[in-house]
Amino acid sequence: MSSLIPFWYIIITVLWTGFFILEGFDFGVGMLHSAVGGDEAGRRAAINTIGPLWDGNEVWLIVAGAGMFAAFPGWYATMFSAYNLALVLLLASLIVRGVAFEYRGKRDAARWRRTWDVLLIAGSVLAPLLIGVALAGLLHGLPINSAQNFTGSFWVLLQPYALWTGITLVLVCALHGATFLCLKTTGDMRERSWRLARRVAPFTCAFVIGFVIWTHVTAGRGFFLNLIELLAILAVLAAVWLVWDHHEGFAFAATAVTIASCIISIFADLYPNVMVSSTNPAYNLTVDNTASGGYSLKVMTVVVIIFLPVVLAYQTWTYYVFRRRVSKQEFQPPAPSSEAAPKPGPAPQPTSPPAAPGS
Amino acid sequence: MTNVDLARVEFAFVTINHFFFVPITIGLAFLTALLQTAWVRTKRDEYLRLTRFFGTLLVINVAIGVVTGIVQEFQFGMNWGAYSRLVGNIFGAPLAMEGLAAFFLESTFLGLWLFGWDKLPRRVHLATIWAVSLGSVLSAAFIMAANSWMQHPVGYIMVNGKPQLNDIWAVFTNPVFVWGYAKVLLASLVTGAAVMLAVSAWQLRHGGERDVFTRSARIGLIVLVPAILFTMLVGDELGVIEARYQPMKIAAAEAQWTTCQPCSFSLFQIGGGKNDQTPTQIIEIPHLLSLLATNSWNGKVVGMTPLQQQYSKQYGPGNYVPNVFIQYWGMRVMAYLAVLVVLIGVWGLWLIRRKKLATSRVFLWVAIWGAVLPFLMNTAGWFLTESGRQPWIVQGIMLTKNGISPTLSTAWLWISLIAFVLLYGTLATVDLILMLRYSRKELPPPRADADADAPVPAVLY
Repeated sequence: MSSLIPFWYIIITVLWTGFFILEGFDFGVGMLHSAVGGDEAGRRAAINTIGPLWDGNEVWLIVAGAGMFAAFPGWYATMFSAYNLALVLLLASLIVRGVAFEYRGKRDAARWRRTWDVLLIAGSVLAPLLIGVALAGLLHGLPINSAQNFTGSFWVLLQPYALWTGITLVLVCALHGATFLCLKTTGDMRERSWRLARRVAPFTCAFVIGFVIWTHVTAGRGFFLNLIELLAILAVLAAVWLVWDHHEGFAFAATAVTIASCIISIFADLYPNVMVSSTNPAYNLTVDNTASGGYSLKVMTVVVIIFLPVVLAYQTWTYYVFRRRVSKQEFQPPAPSSEAAPKPGPAPQPTSPPAAPGS
Repeated sequence: MTNVDLARVEFAFVTINHFFFVPITIGLAFLTALLQTAWVRTKRDEYLRLTRFFGTLLVINVAIGVVTGIVQEFQFGMNWGAYSRLVGNIFGAPLAMEGLAAFFLESTFLGLWLFGWDKLPRRVHLATIWAVSLGSVLSAAFIMAANSWMQHPVGYIMVNGKPQLNDIWAVFTNPVFVWGYAKVLLASLVTGAAVMLAVSAWQLRHGGERDVFTRSARIGLIVLVPAILFTMLVGDELGVIEARYQPMKIAAAEAQWTTCQPCSFSLFQIGGGKNDQTPTQIIEIPHLLSLLATNSWNGKVVGMTPLQQQYSKQYGPGNYVPNVFIQYWGMRVMAYLAVLVVLIGVWGLWLIRRKKLATSRVFLWVAIWGAVLPFLMNTAGWFLTESGRQPWIVQGIMLTKNGISPTLSTAWLWISLIAFVLLYGTLATVDLILMLRYSRKELPPPRADADADAPVPAVLY
């Protein structure tokens, strides 16, 4: 029965990791869509590379949160209360981002679209930054009293290590998004994606290496790096090399492994604690003193074993359905003389997305 | 305001806002799936055009429904830490199931539906909109199971003063859940159908294509009338169940301070609040309250004063009476507006029979504004349900004032409340503008017969 507690810690780790692998490139595309897109058609093409995917990816975050609520209510309660204001900011950036996708094309006005573009970029930078700060705080420690309640202020969250982790995640997401755009676009957009990836890669590499060492030191577990930490460093080095050497698929795989191993490093170094108390190590929240009862964990285990594979199956299928590259030409305003063409094909009208079926 | 007040206002605010979008999503997803099924079966072009038209309205709302849904899930931990800590092992389970079994389904398949028009075989594509509808319906099931547990906790044992889940089936067969869930689904159908009717009515009044929008107005009406009638029937049964498990809620809804048998129902009254236990009741209907609360002609309804005495003895001194004004009027606003919706619906059906639906300008005008009613009804119903549970956060187990995160500062609560008000205010405005704009657009043009089998272009951002 108690072996379900570590199992659920792994599930929570898997959910956060899945969230960052998938939503990571959505964040990256959100940050880079203007730079990669160039003109309006290009921006739309960039956004549409993740159009069918981002919503399903974001659910990983919801499930990670709900999983913590169900399996480790004490952890969920302390963490979400402590991060109250940071979460308000996070929610605002996620909301603004999600709405921007949906609404930027719903009106044909340059100012309307520019506004949403700026909000999309801001939301996409802010979200991984805040989550990075939040996850780092778990390991670094926050003022927590003997009743498992957070006693600090907002500023306590902004420790140097937490900020470094936040920036690292922003950079990893940017690189992940850039390699994703290399895979999913054509022509000059693909070129610009490569250029951006090459420019971001060295910074990402430096920050990831710094993050791994800092994480290792913060956790204070011996001199040698553990396997996951080592993997993060190797993966980011590989990513830099693959980006410079133009290996499309492998570069994306490498950034995916980088992002995954960064997240897993935090969780691996944290265990069996779930939140470190900077007030007194005796007040640390651990998997044992925050977990749900055995029956709840059993029920949730059955549910997760049934549903997680099903979810993975249909999400994989979604990626297969939308495997094609998105080209800017699909979003070009139709040439005025082409109206006599018998079959306009799937090109929608450029300005109103819920385009009419071809006449 | 105290911290508890602030946290309650914030929760009420984000929840009421969230529940503007949820019923449209549940209702319209189902109706859009119906329209698309009609198109796939009959191959008649107008069904495709209606699917695309109402599908756009659906998508505008889903976007906000999803993002405001994240706020809902975070609220419990952010402001109600003590509550989450105490009951997370029970309340968290349906929430996690909701994410795994419903949100993933809804979000992933919405992407497939929107962007997959030209990429999936027609029947597979049809299945994706049904998956979206299923996801929205399942999600309501899990969250209602969680909410019903707060109204009437079941399936747990107390271990060291903490409730521990020991029977998950009890949570999903909770009578409050079964009837409350049915009511939410039906009310969502009412909302979706009323929106579809209103949009069609606007189009018919403003020169939209008559044949096509008469069809969608008829579908709206044919769904609306049975849905609202069943909502009222189910609501009545839910009232009986709540009278059994939460007698205070029902007594307060009738401002019934003393026990009565048989009990009459007052259409409205003056006074009856906290310091006025002898209200002036205007127009009483004998026996009606007995019927509503107990399903029997001469049923007994225990008054708030004896209940207060009983609870003080059972749980210790304190005030166990919810806000009577909210209860009394929440109940009445909900019920009276429902009657109004029935009248509009029946009027519309009668016009269909007389073949005058498209030309009765007065009815069309009423139908347009009638779309506001379900939203007011839904909100009043939630006030009745949630405020009626007070002072409990979980009936009989935890008081609301003990559920808050204990070390939250008042300043934080003010900041987050103001942030959500500004954010949601903007969101609701943008949503309303877009809904109105797209409701007033022309239908997508018909396709030539030769194109009937050609792929339909995808919807792109």
